[in-house]
Amino acid sequence: MTSPRYVRRFSGTERALHWVHATAFLALLASGLVLYLPALAAAVGRRPLVKEAHLLTALAWGVALVAVLLLGDRRGLRATARELDAFDADDRRWLLGRPAPQGRFNAGQKLNAALTAAFALLFAVSGVLLWLGERDTRFRLDGTLVLHDVVMYVSVALLTGHLYLAVVHPRTRHALRGITVGTVREDWAREHHPKWPTDAQ
Amino acid sequence: MFIDRLDVVGDHSAVEDERRLGRAAFLGVSAVGLSSLVWGRAAWDAVTGTLPSDLGSVLPQPTRGWRIYTVAASMPNPDPVSYRLRVEGRVGRPVSLSLADLRALPRAEQVSDFHCVTGWSVENVRWSGARLRDVLAAADGPLSGAGALSFVSAEDPYVDSLTVGQALLPDVLLAWEMDGRPLSRPHGAPVRLVMPQMYGYKSVKWVERIVVTRTPDVGYWEQRGYDRDAWVGRSNAA
Repeated sequence: MTSPRYVRRFSGTERALHWVHATAFLALLASGLVLYLPALAAAVGRRPLVKEAHLLTALAWGVALVAVLLLGDRRGLRATARELDAFDADDRRWLLGRPAPQGRFNAGQKLNAALTAAFALLFAVSGVLLWLGERDTRFRLDGTLVLHDVVMYVSVALLTGHLYLAVVHPRTRHALRGITVGTVREDWAREHHPKWPTDAQ
Repeated sequence: MFIDRLDVVGDHSAVEDERRLGRAAFLGVSAVGLSSLVWGRAAWDAVTGTLPSDLGSVLPQPTRGWRIYTVAASMPNPDPVSYRLRVEGRVGRPVSLSLADLRALPRAEQVSDFHCVTGWSVENVRWSGARLRDVLAAADGPLSGAGALSFVSAEDPYVDSLTVGQALLPDVLLAWEMDGRPLSRPHGAPVRLVMPQMYGYKSVKWVERIVVTRTPDVGYWEQRGYDRDAWVGRSNAA
């Protein structure tokens, strides 16, 4: 058997964007849970320090996102965004659980991207409101805490599924290579993403 | 050279059939989420109102269950044996009360709801301790001309105050038991204030000093814009 051929699935910019998000989310989740869960809060203590870490991580996340957008391949990102946006008839069949050939992103990945982007926005807005509300009661809205918490719970559920598919599930976990080194095996791509024109290299 | 964009390969039969569901999902979820800043809490309470409340003690739900808020670098851990509550200021006889002294006062119990100004509540908390009015009486206070009390926490710099009128209400307690058990450290052991008619920031944890003053001191959160008279449902733009 010849050595496998590899095709590029993610550009450096795309991978940077993914890992900025992943790192920030895990760090924010860790510090956030210490602030949130009574048992952890009591065990760790040092609430002002943890709070500071949570806020600085959020700030670093925002700065890193802007940096990736400023320094990265924006044209490529726009093209990828268009790809993620478009659901064709096969994608809609796939979402309904019927087998249908998929492109570079399957419909679940497209949906995950849209939800992740929306959750990022909602985390940021509710987080800024929590921060402001502690300083000025005019920014204290009834639903801020509920929104921040509910988005956390849903995100963790989504991340659990994401990690299962990326790290555990034997048929899909090869995708992890794409988001780390950028390339995936061509035969794997043909099987899982037959409508992705990988042969056009 | 890799070509990784669908639009480059030209017309797929499916392309005509494309729908912009990605941005629809993004905009839809964002709109629902942002508008929930207004309706989210009421909706959440309506949906979860039927669940057993002790669920919240394991995993906090957004609006129910305790959250432990502290402001200092480390959580106070006063030794209950050497603990003394000092009652001073405009009282007839400043006193320093041990836990045994406090327990010798008429025991008071109450079940009340605890409301945090940030939007969570814990219903039916059972507090046991002594009425604040009995603690004040032990110091022959308050003297005439006294207008307020400051509750100084072992958690420096946390402090808050009540007017004398508020402090003498019968449901204002100094508590050392919660839900039938000794008050735990995160909840302010050994002794905390319980002012159930006001938001939780008035119920100072780890109380070690009560100072009777002429006028109310500005509390920790009040220095940050929160109302001094923190009546639940009637303050902080509720």
